[in-house]
Amino acid sequence: MDWLGPEEWQAVALSLKVAFWATVLSLPLGIWIAYLLARKEFWGRQALNVLVHLPLVLPPVVTGYILLLAFGRTGLFGVWLDALGVQLAFRWTGAVLAAAIMAFPLMVRAIRLSIEAVDNGLEEAGATLGASRLQVFVTITLPLMAPGILAGTVLAFAKAMGEFGATITFVANIPGQTQTVPSAIYAFLQVPGGEASAVRLVLISTALAVAALIVSEILAQRLARKARR
Amino acid sequence: MIDVDMHHSFGDASISAQFKSDGGVTALFGRSGAGKTTVINAIAGLLRPDQARIVVKDRVLVDTAQGVFVPPHQRRIGYVFQDARLFPHLTVRKNLLYGARFSERRVPMDPVVELLDLKPLLERGTEALSGGERQRVAIGRALLSAPDMLLMDEPLAALDQGRKHEILPYLMRLRDEAAVPIVYVSHAISEVAQLANTLVVLDNGAIAATGPIDQLLSDPDLVPHLGVRDAGSIVTGRVVAHHADGLTELQTSGGALFLPHRTEPLGAVLRVRIEAQDVILSLNRPTGFSALNVLKGEISAIRDGAGPGVIVQIDLGDERVLARVTKRSALNLQLEIRQNVYAMVKTVAVGRSDIGAVGNT
Repeated sequence: MDWLGPEEWQAVALSLKVAFWATVLSLPLGIWIAYLLARKEFWGRQALNVLVHLPLVLPPVVTGYILLLAFGRTGLFGVWLDALGVQLAFRWTGAVLAAAIMAFPLMVRAIRLSIEAVDNGLEEAGATLGASRLQVFVTITLPLMAPGILAGTVLAFAKAMGEFGATITFVANIPGQTQTVPSAIYAFLQVPGGEASAVRLVLISTALAVAALIVSEILAQRLARKARR
Repeated sequence: MIDVDMHHSFGDASISAQFKSDGGVTALFGRSGAGKTTVINAIAGLLRPDQARIVVKDRVLVDTAQGVFVPPHQRRIGYVFQDARLFPHLTVRKNLLYGARFSERRVPMDPVVELLDLKPLLERGTEALSGGERQRVAIGRALLSAPDMLLMDEPLAALDQGRKHEILPYLMRLRDEAAVPIVYVSHAISEVAQLANTLVVLDNGAIAATGPIDQLLSDPDLVPHLGVRDAGSIVTGRVVAHHADGLTELQTSGGALFLPHRTEPLGAVLRVRIEAQDVILSLNRPTGFSALNVLKGEISAIRDGAGPGVIVQIDLGDERVLARVTKRSALNLQLEIRQNVYAMVKTVAVGRSDIGAVGNT
């Protein structure tokens, strides 16, 4: 791939790495939260729902600044993490956190829809056949919601690839460290003669986003077909 | 074997039920909304009753006074749901074997597959199965989880008439061969009469009657709870002849009963359900009459109904039949207790057969 310069390559590789970890690390939590929201009645359920969806409607720069306040070296949790030798702000790990939080609502929504499509009666049937709650979840609920989990994962990955506002506020725009594809595009547009690089990255971004949308749409249709039967 | 004593309220409705059963098939009978499903959900553990003590095979499953509540997956109670609830992501074979991996006891698969004729379905998915096939798979799946007891919630209700007749013989074989006690929920008295030996009648959230089915079905005081249209008693008879004109003759305590040809051998005991509305009463032995079946007996009870009808109970000696006649006819015939009458029966439905066995009344 000669047509990408080293700096552009760096941005693509970093974006892939950040999006991968953001998705993988948030998936178990996403399934758990989606299950709670879909199936359980508990105090504070609505508050949790709002909290999960907040990054979707908040200006990304606000989310990024809140992250900075919380996880910066002198922040609320940052002090503790610093004592443990972990630093998130201005590091690629911080980009992972920002991307995960921004992608989380999309992931939870898709998974939650798929849980709601699973007939509770099938889980009851599993219980009468001797399966414990966990066994029912693993052998019945999880396989039946698999298309939703996949759709949520793909959407979250695409969102994580494209996250810009929260990322640049929280971890800045350091080439090779925190400069993801969107940050790189922004940087190239700020310097004369950077348009060509920017356009190449724009093409890559667009292709990835379109592919993700198509895949998640196909999975959602499959899920809807299953729910109708 | 089964001992249920429960009370549960939801919204402004409530249900109280106490009954015992020694095994075999116990029918929970009642109209829709009578609370039948609530009772078996409490037995299965899918519902947490307000107050209850439920014991199955000497195991206390629920005792709210002692704070005992065994979770459903540890109860070893199979449940056949009205809508089958097969797992859509598994093949028929994997559905059947689902419960086996959680059970310490093993039930061999082949006899169950044979009992329910499941062999041709094993490798299929569940999507393309017919309603009757789905229920057979659901029954097999419950049996293979090695349950102490089977609960069946109107397993035939979602099927059309033809499919019902397709499944009933399997249920009878299950009852006779599988040796698992069954609690069978239904609002169809004909199904219940064919399958059950113990009847529990639920009406308006309470038990109206409980006892051996032939006794209850010939009790005129229960007719209002069962529904006048469904009133009818069970008579047992021994096959004594297969006639050349295609009729099978049964010997009953009230006389000979002729049925369309049956395949059971001579000596077999059949249970025959006689609907009250199919019985015509006569004071003299009728002649010049097309109905073949004439049973002689003595009137043992007369009950006025709410409508224009009267329910008359006729004692045939060992057994009783019910007849539903109009008040006008009862008046014209001057029917009274201890009077000798002839009950003419046009059609009968044949239920369970106990080949070679003495009637189990």
